[in-house]
Amino acid sequence: MDLHFGDGKPTDEERAAVDALLGPPESSWEGADRSDADLRWARGGRAARDRRDLLLPGLHALNDRVGWISEGGLGYLCRRLTVPPAEAYGVATFYAMFSVRPRPATVLHVCTDLACTAAGAGDLCAGLEERAGSGVSVERSPCLGLCERAPAALAVRAGDPVRTAVAAPATVDEAVRAADAPDSAPEEPPAVLAVPQAGQDGLLLLGRVGVVDPASLDDYRAHGGYTALRRAFELGPAGVIREVTDSGLAGRGGAAFPTGRKWQATASRPDHPHYLVCNADESEPGTFKDRVLMEGDPYALVEAMTIAGYATGAHKGYLYLRGEYPRALRRMEHAIAQARARGLLGDDVLGQGYAFDIEIRRGAGAYICGEETALFNSIEGYRGEPRSKPPFPVEKGLFGRPTAENNVETLVNVLPILTMGAPAYAAVGTERSTGPKLFCVSGSVERPGVYELPFGATLGELLRLAGVRPGLRAVLLGGAAGSFVRPDELDVPLTFEGTREAGATLGSGVVMAFDASVPLPRLLLRIAGFFREESCGQCVPCRVGTVRQEEALRRIAERTGAAAADDIALLREVGRAMRDASICGLGQTAWNAVESVIDRLGAYT
Amino acid sequence: MTVTPLGIPRRMLEFTVDGAPVRAPEGSTILDACRAAGKDIPTLCQGDTLRPKNACRVCVVEVEGSRTLVPACSRTAEPGMVVRTGTERARHSRKIVLELLASSADLSTTPGAAEWIKEYEAKPDRFGPDAARVNEEPRIDNELYVRDYAKCILCYKCVDACGEQWQNTFAISVAGRGFDARIAVEHDAPLPDSACVYCGNCVEVCPTGALAPKTEYDMRAAGTWDESRQTETSTVCAYCGVGCTLTLHVQDNEIVKVTSPHDNPVTHGNLCIKGRFGYQHVQNRG
Repeated sequence: MDLHFGDGKPTDEERAAVDALLGPPESSWEGADRSDADLRWARGGRAARDRRDLLLPGLHALNDRVGWISEGGLGYLCRRLTVPPAEAYGVATFYAMFSVRPRPATVLHVCTDLACTAAGAGDLCAGLEERAGSGVSVERSPCLGLCERAPAALAVRAGDPVRTAVAAPATVDEAVRAADAPDSAPEEPPAVLAVPQAGQDGLLLLGRVGVVDPASLDDYRAHGGYTALRRAFELGPAGVIREVTDSGLAGRGGAAFPTGRKWQATASRPDHPHYLVCNADESEPGTFKDRVLMEGDPYALVEAMTIAGYATGAHKGYLYLRGEYPRALRRMEHAIAQARARGLLGDDVLGQGYAFDIEIRRGAGAYICGEETALFNSIEGYRGEPRSKPPFPVEKGLFGRPTAENNVETLVNVLPILTMGAPAYAAVGTERSTGPKLFCVSGSVERPGVYELPFGATLGELLRLAGVRPGLRAVLLGGAAGSFVRPDELDVPLTFEGTREAGATLGSGVVMAFDASVPLPRLLLRIAGFFREESCGQCVPCRVGTVRQEEALRRIAERTGAAAADDIALLREVGRAMRDASICGLGQTAWNAVESVIDRLGAYT
Repeated sequence: MTVTPLGIPRRMLEFTVDGAPVRAPEGSTILDACRAAGKDIPTLCQGDTLRPKNACRVCVVEVEGSRTLVPACSRTAEPGMVVRTGTERARHSRKIVLELLASSADLSTTPGAAEWIKEYEAKPDRFGPDAARVNEEPRIDNELYVRDYAKCILCYKCVDACGEQWQNTFAISVAGRGFDARIAVEHDAPLPDSACVYCGNCVEVCPTGALAPKTEYDMRAAGTWDESRQTETSTVCAYCGVGCTLTLHVQDNEIVKVTSPHDNPVTHGNLCIKGRFGYQHVQNRG
């Protein structure tokens, strides 16, 4: 590999940002001043290429420091990591939070997704574009995961360190204040305010949110923390997998794959190392449960990842955390550092001779990176495009090694499984969907937030709990990749099998209620626009199909009956091909919500 | 004459394609096995010397037990697999993929596209006159080859050929995302400012003519490009001692293009800037 780095020179700021991540350069070949030793300096081959996975953190370092990624800055980063600049450019332009063109140091991301649009994000954007000064760039953003406090805005000001502020619910004044002075913006309300059931007995996943101090490891231990890990060490890895298998735990990320089977398949692979990946790239519009868990009970995730690593034979866990969650990032960074300082992570966890550590990787604004194999590519420093399966991650996952990947909610379920025992856990919920489930309720309800219910409760029960407002027109179940259900279908049981029988899906646990004031065609346009923007572009059915879907919906936005018939037929044909022939779940589900509005809600008849 | 290495012997496995039993060496893809059995499946992005990227999805087939359709070009055949290649479901997806592609990109120089569009009764026009297209002007920034991304189907073959699979230059990659994704060099610069070494191996693998030698591009523009009048002559490159096989494409006694056979064990289709583009001196008759 004979790389060509071009003539661009980094500024001192850019050089400092990269060096703060990678350490000072060792030779002029890496960008240091020239010396005689350079004549005999070599560090190539695997040693150099193995650092490719630092590309994404490096792009963050540049973007955080100056607000965008310049030619000189990118060239310097590439030189340090031995990454071809064309590939690094391809990666930098993949993520929505990065810019390769100059822009103001402060970017105000204004959420324009479903809940926020229903709560007036359109006016907010218009007001902000009028009011924001020249030092602020206002950018329309997909879901920021703050649906319970819609409409939401996130200000990011580049510098050392980078500063962030969240305004939600946001007015024009508050959002402008957050962007003008992120340091003095009012503190976000505590995570517990997103849990309307807080303080109730019997909560297995949310029980500690609002009860423990998220910054205190001692407080976590005083509330039952680390009893599950002790039990895990008593059981041994095979015993833990047996408990998890017996509990019937199925993945909560949308696919509902049995967790015990996944762990067993990873643990039994002969090639090493094994990896554990926690998918905290919660980007489904309407979903915010993982954020609330990480902000309200961060040590629970550290403990659960340690148990999962132990069971699957991994010594390293990656926590892939979405870039739009600054507070969850701070809380998790703090929790991991504390756990490491106290011997709960590191070479000898709890003195049991088991080594495990967690590294956080920040996403940079790409829904597709929640797809498990796209997430691997993203961590490895490639474009976040999904890989074709097989081979499956348990066989060849992160860095080509056996990998168990679970989302935050799935992992946190492991704690009650080990403390209660598998039979007691399996007694919660229904026979085929065991345990508790988190739902993110937003939209036309009095008490939006994260709710925990045993599997089997009906949609109607959940909505009553959240105080659904009169005049309900439709409920979006499962997020943008899910489907709409009618107000007369509220007795559908919230289980994997119950929703499947009803022709819907639980997906990521989104329950978004819309009353008659929300025009469905406009909502659908937003969903179609979301898929068009978030398609990675790798396969044709998704790359072009999502565009054609949005175009057809735009044409029929105000039409019904015969006037819409041709385009609806077209949508059906394209939707079917997207579902059948796309590489990954994004393209395969991009037609779900649209189909449900046509067939279940009869929006265009 | 080219020599094809036979490789080590492999076990045969059996599965069925469209109800008929098929035997194929272990490790074959469904596509390999189908072609060996005399049954062809349309492909656009598949290449004979590159790892399949399965991005175009025109080769999808039905495999029993699979929730979605399966790309024949990259899925390895397994013993006992039940494959159906021409079902209504598979044909529907192929038709839509062809419509989506032909409505967004210019497939006029893509071999096979016109026939498949006819065969599958694809109607690319039905998305309306306002359907988004890849509207890009051809990029002519050097004397050797032209990048006409309006013809690009984003098959990634040029990226793979420039990168670790062929050339190891890594001058191009895919930039951007979704419908806005484009093949680009670093910072989307003109080619002469990039890491490109003008080996033209990306041109060699391009399945649509989005990358074309300048000679071919100019002759097409002038309406003089006519493959039926061209002859192909194999010879050995005289520039260095490696001994790459060259295929000279000659029209009206002029070399109009140089390629190299993909099954040649020396080149596997690869050439360097001299072998591929340095032929003017041969016809310098002044």
